[in-house]
Amino acid sequence: MVEKSIDKNYMKLEFLSKSSNESFARVVVAAFASQLDPTIEEISDIKTAVSEAVTNAIIHGYEYGEGIVVVEAKLDGNKIEITVEDFGKGIEDIQKAMEPFYTSKPNLERSGMGFTVMETFMDELIVESEVNKGTKVKMTKIINSQSNKE
Amino acid sequence: MSYDMVGSQLIVKLSGELDHHTSESLRNKIDQHYSAHNLSNIIFDLTDLKFMDSSGIGLIMGRYKMCKERNGSVSIVSTSPYINRILKMSGIYKIIKVFSTLDDAIKG
Repeated sequence: MVEKSIDKNYMKLEFLSKSSNESFARVVVAAFASQLDPTIEEISDIKTAVSEAVTNAIIHGYEYGEGIVVVEAKLDGNKIEITVEDFGKGIEDIQKAMEPFYTSKPNLERSGMGFTVMETFMDELIVESEVNKGTKVKMTKIINSQSNKE
Repeated sequence: MSYDMVGSQLIVKLSGELDHHTSESLRNKIDQHYSAHNLSNIIFDLTDLKFMDSSGIGLIMGRYKMCKERNGSVSIVSTSPYINRILKMSGIYKIIKVFSTLDDAIKG
């Protein structure tokens, strides 16, 4: 019998910054994460966090035109590490951007909750950004699945 | 998405996924309906919604402001613990009533 265990795995996804790809990106990451046997709630958390990061890349990173969004995911033991990267305009003040309810786009009815959602639904969030170079969001989550507990 | 009208209330029943992509077109459709029929309140029925991120919060908050200008209100019907979690995180509960059935929301 083959023992069900995950050591290390990796995937990379590149797509054009079109809003129609938001659903595609979060579903791909969720399907990849399912190898860790997560609960429905954990899958929801990952989907939502990825959706927020990808939406940010599309709305803010590539505000002035289309570009490529890169999503990578690494599985290591019971941990998933996800990065969402764009090569767009970057964030001038990361601290301000991460404040709950802060939005640079109130006219687009953005809630300013994106980073708060990522922080709440994932275990770790690191944001790196350089103006006119791009933004990289790194998120980590520990999956407490049934098979990991055994 | 489907619409229903009860008195001056617009009932917006959402299904599927509510993200940045889907909320853009939804917003226009809701606003058109709301002003064309001269309505005052909006009830968002999220019972059949499978996914929502913070774009959904933005959509609801935007409609809240619009209704307030006409002295109307927004309410939500939601039973999913997952959707409720993101609603709670946004602080929306402080200004918008959340019901567990549509009948309760219509009665207010």
